[in-house]
Amino acid sequence: MKHERMKFLVFAAVVLTAPVFFKGGYIVNVLVFVGIYSILAVALNLLLGLAGQISLGQAAFFGLGAYISGVLTATYAANPWVAMVIAVIAVGVIAFVLGFPILKLKGHYLAMATLGMGIIAYIMFNETVDITGGPSGLTGIPNLSICGIVFNTDIKNYYLVWSFAMGTILLSLNLSASRVGRALRAIHDSEVAARILGVNVRLLKVQIFTISGIFSALAGSLYAHTVQFVSPASFGFNVSIELLTMVIIGGLGSIYGSFLGATILTLLPELFRALQDYDIVVYGIVLIVITIFMPGGLIRGVPLLARFLLAKVKSGLPSANRV
Amino acid sequence: MELVEQLLQYTLSGLSTGSIYALIGLGFAIIYNSTSIINFAQGEFVMLGGMLTLFFHATLGFSLPLSVVLAIIAATAVGALFERLAISPLKDAEPIILVIITIGGSILIRGVAMLLWGKDTHVLPMFSGDEPIILMGAAIMPQSIWIFGVTLIIITANRLFFHHSISGKAMRACSFNRIASRLVGIDVKRMILFSFVISSAMGAAAGIIIAPLTMTSYDVGVMLGLKGFCAAIIGGMSGGMGTVAGGLIVGVLESLGAGLISSSYKEAIAFIILLIILLIRPQGLFGKGETERV
Amino acid sequence: MLRIEDLTKIFGGLTALQGVSFSISAGEITGIIGPNGAGKTTLFNIVTGIYDPTSGKVYYDGKDITGFSPEKLARRGMVRTFQGIELFGQMTVLENVMVGLHTRSQSGIIASALKLPAHLREERYIRERAISWLEFTGITDLADMKAANLPFGKGRLLEIARAIAVEPKIILLDEPAAGLNSRETSDLALLIKKIRDSGITVALVEHDMELVMGICSRVVVLNLGHKLAEGTPRQVQEDRRVITAYLGDG
Repeated sequence: MKHERMKFLVFAAVVLTAPVFFKGGYIVNVLVFVGIYSILAVALNLLLGLAGQISLGQAAFFGLGAYISGVLTATYAANPWVAMVIAVIAVGVIAFVLGFPILKLKGHYLAMATLGMGIIAYIMFNETVDITGGPSGLTGIPNLSICGIVFNTDIKNYYLVWSFAMGTILLSLNLSASRVGRALRAIHDSEVAARILGVNVRLLKVQIFTISGIFSALAGSLYAHTVQFVSPASFGFNVSIELLTMVIIGGLGSIYGSFLGATILTLLPELFRALQDYDIVVYGIVLIVITIFMPGGLIRGVPLLARFLLAKVKSGLPSANRV
Repeated sequence: MELVEQLLQYTLSGLSTGSIYALIGLGFAIIYNSTSIINFAQGEFVMLGGMLTLFFHATLGFSLPLSVVLAIIAATAVGALFERLAISPLKDAEPIILVIITIGGSILIRGVAMLLWGKDTHVLPMFSGDEPIILMGAAIMPQSIWIFGVTLIIITANRLFFHHSISGKAMRACSFNRIASRLVGIDVKRMILFSFVISSAMGAAAGIIIAPLTMTSYDVGVMLGLKGFCAAIIGGMSGGMGTVAGGLIVGVLESLGAGLISSSYKEAIAFIILLIILLIRPQGLFGKGETERV
Repeated sequence: MLRIEDLTKIFGGLTALQGVSFSISAGEITGIIGPNGAGKTTLFNIVTGIYDPTSGKVYYDGKDITGFSPEKLARRGMVRTFQGIELFGQMTVLENVMVGLHTRSQSGIIASALKLPAHLREERYIRERAISWLEFTGITDLADMKAANLPFGKGRLLEIARAIAVEPKIILLDEPAAGLNSRETSDLALLIKKIRDSGITVALVEHDMELVMGICSRVVVLNLGHKLAEGTPRQVQEDRRVITAYLGDG
C-alpha cells in the first residue's frame, strides 16, 4: 500500500511542477490536451482493460459532454459549472440506459454496436445544425472561473484540467484495487465463474460503462471550456481509435499506462509536425506491433525489456567483475 | 414524379447499393465462419478495389478491364499478407486482441492509401457509359446492371464453391469443428488463408463495381464495411442467402429512408438498423444459432 | 436440502435428461455417477442456473429455485466448480479467493473509489478471510502466484478454496478428480470430507469410482439421461443394471 501511495505522490509532484520545468511555453498548451486525453484514456481503460468490454464509441460521450456544456453556456448563457454538472449527469443517465441493452453483447458484436453508437452520435452532431452549429461547430464557449479567477491562459487551464485528471486517476486507481475492481477483472477473465460466485455481472458492467461515460463527459466539458470551440470533427470515429491506441500502448488494465499512452500519442504528433499525415499509418502499425510483441503495453514491456537488456549486458561482462 | 415511380426509383437504387452490402457482408461471413473473427479491415479491401483500379487505369494508363483484374489481384495479395503477418500469429488470442489487430490493420491500410493517393475523392469511369435506362418511369444507370450481374455471378460462384467443391466443403468443415477438421486431414491454416483471400477478392470486386456510381476515396472503407457488417448480422453470419437478403434490406431501407424521410440522416439509417438488430436479435433475422450469453 | 423433480432437458434433437428425480440430504456427500453422455454435467448446469430445464423443477431449502440465475443462487448459498476449472487467470491466487468473498462484502463503487474507512476495514477483513481459506485448502504458499501459472492440481484446489469462501450451504463439484494423480486424489478426498465436516453439503459428479465409493454416503447413477439407480455405494455397486450400463450386456 505504501508503494502505491509513493507512486501517486511522485506522479502528482511531476504533474504539478511540469509547467515550471517547461517555462510555461507552448508545450503547456499541449499538456492541457494530454490531461484531457488522459481522462478519456483512463475512462476507456476501466471499461476495456479492467472489465474487458470493448468500446469503440467513447468519442460519443466525450462529444456529448462537450456539446451539452458548450450549448448550455454559449447559447443559453448558463453558469459553466452548472452546465458541467448537467452534462456529466445527463451523459451518465444516457450511458446507464444504453448500457443495459448494449452490454448484453460481447466481443465483436459489442465492438460493432459501440462503433455504431459512436457514428450515430457523430452524425447527430453534424446534422442538428440549429443546436450544434453543424460541421462548422459552436463558438463562443466561455472559460470556467472560480472566485474571480478566470481560466483563460494555458497555465491556468493546465492546473484546472490536471486537477480533474489527477482526481480521475486517483479514483480509478482506488477502484481498480478494490472489491469492485477485482469483480471487474473477474468478469474479464471468466464471466461464468464470476456469476457463480455471486457477482452481479450485468449490473456491474453497466455501472462501469456509466462511470466511463461520466469521466468522458467530464473530459468533454473541460475540452469545451478550454478550447472554447467544439466541432464534430473532434469527436469522430478517429478519436475513438486514438483512445484505443493510447490504452493499448500504455497497457490494458494499467491506469498509469493510460496516462503514458495519452502523453505519447498527444506529444509525438506535436513534436514531429512534419509527420502529421503519417499519424494514421503509425497508429495502425503501433496497434498491431504492440499487440503482437508487447501485449502488456509499454508500462509492462519497457521494464521487462530493460531487465532483459541488463541481463544480457551482465552476462557479457568478464566473470571476474561479477563477484 | 409520382409516388409509385419515386418508390420504384428508390427501391431500385437501394437494391443496387444493397447488392454491394451483400457482397461485403458475405466477405465478413466467410472469414467469421472459418476463424470466428470479425475482420474489421473488410471495408478497406472494398476501398482498395476502387482505388487500385483507379491507380492502374488513370495513373498507369492500363485499360479498364486489365486494371480491374490487377486491382483484384493486388487487393487479394494485401489480404493474404495481412492474414499471414497479423492474424496467423495470434489465432488463439482472446476476441479483444483480434478485434484490435483487425482494427489496426484497417487503420494501416487506410493510412497507406491516404499517403499514396491523397484525400481527394476520385471518379472511376462507368463500365458502359452513363446514359440512364428508363424502366417503368424509373431511371437506372447501366452501372447498376453491372452491379446486379456481377453480384449474381459472385454469389452463385460462392454457393457452388462452398457447397459443391472439396475445398469449399473443407472450409465449411473448419467453421463447424476445427479440431475434427484437422483430424480428418484438412489443413486448417490454409483454409483460413483461403477465407481471407476469397473475402478480400470479393470485397475488392464490390468496391470496383460501385466506385463509378458513388466515387471512391481513401476512407470509403469504414462506412461500407460497417454497412456490409450490418448485412452479415441480419443474415445471422451464415454466409448464405440470408446475408444477401440482409444486404438488400439495408440498401433498400437506406434508400427509401433517405428519399422519403431525410437525406441528411441517410448515413445514420444503416447504423440504426445495425443497433436495433444487435440489441434485439443478434442472431439475425435468418440465423438460428444462439449467441453466447453465459 | 436439494430436491430435483422430474427434470428434463432437450437440446434440439438431443434429449440430455429425461424425468430425473432425486434428493440430496443436508450434511452429506452425494455422488452422481454414470457413463459418458449420461447427462451429469447438464444436470449440474440446470441446478446451478446456467441452463433452464425443458421441464421439471429444482427445490433448494424447500423453495422452488428453477431458473434462478447463478448470481442469485450464490447469494442463497449454492456454489459450484467446473470440470475444466474456470480460474481468473490474470489475478493472483489470493485475489481469486478474495473474489469468492464478494457476497460476504458490500463496498460499492463510491466507497471503493473514495477509499472510505468502512471500505478499508472491509478490505482487511476480505484479505484475512481469503488467507484463512487458502490455509484450509493448503495452498497458502502460492498466494501471490498468478493463477494462470498454477499447476493443474493446485488450480483445482484454488477453485475449491474460492468456492467455499462464499461460505455456501452446498457445493457442487464437477469432476474434481479429473486430471489429478492418485496422491492428489486422496488429498482431495480428505479435503472434501473436511468440507463436509465444516457443515457444507457436498454433491459431486465423478468418474473416479474409488473416490466416489470412498467418501460418498449416497450415490445416484445416471445413464443416457435417465436415473438408473440410487442408494448407498455398496447398493449401487451391486446393482445389476449399473453393472450392465458400465460394462455392456453379456
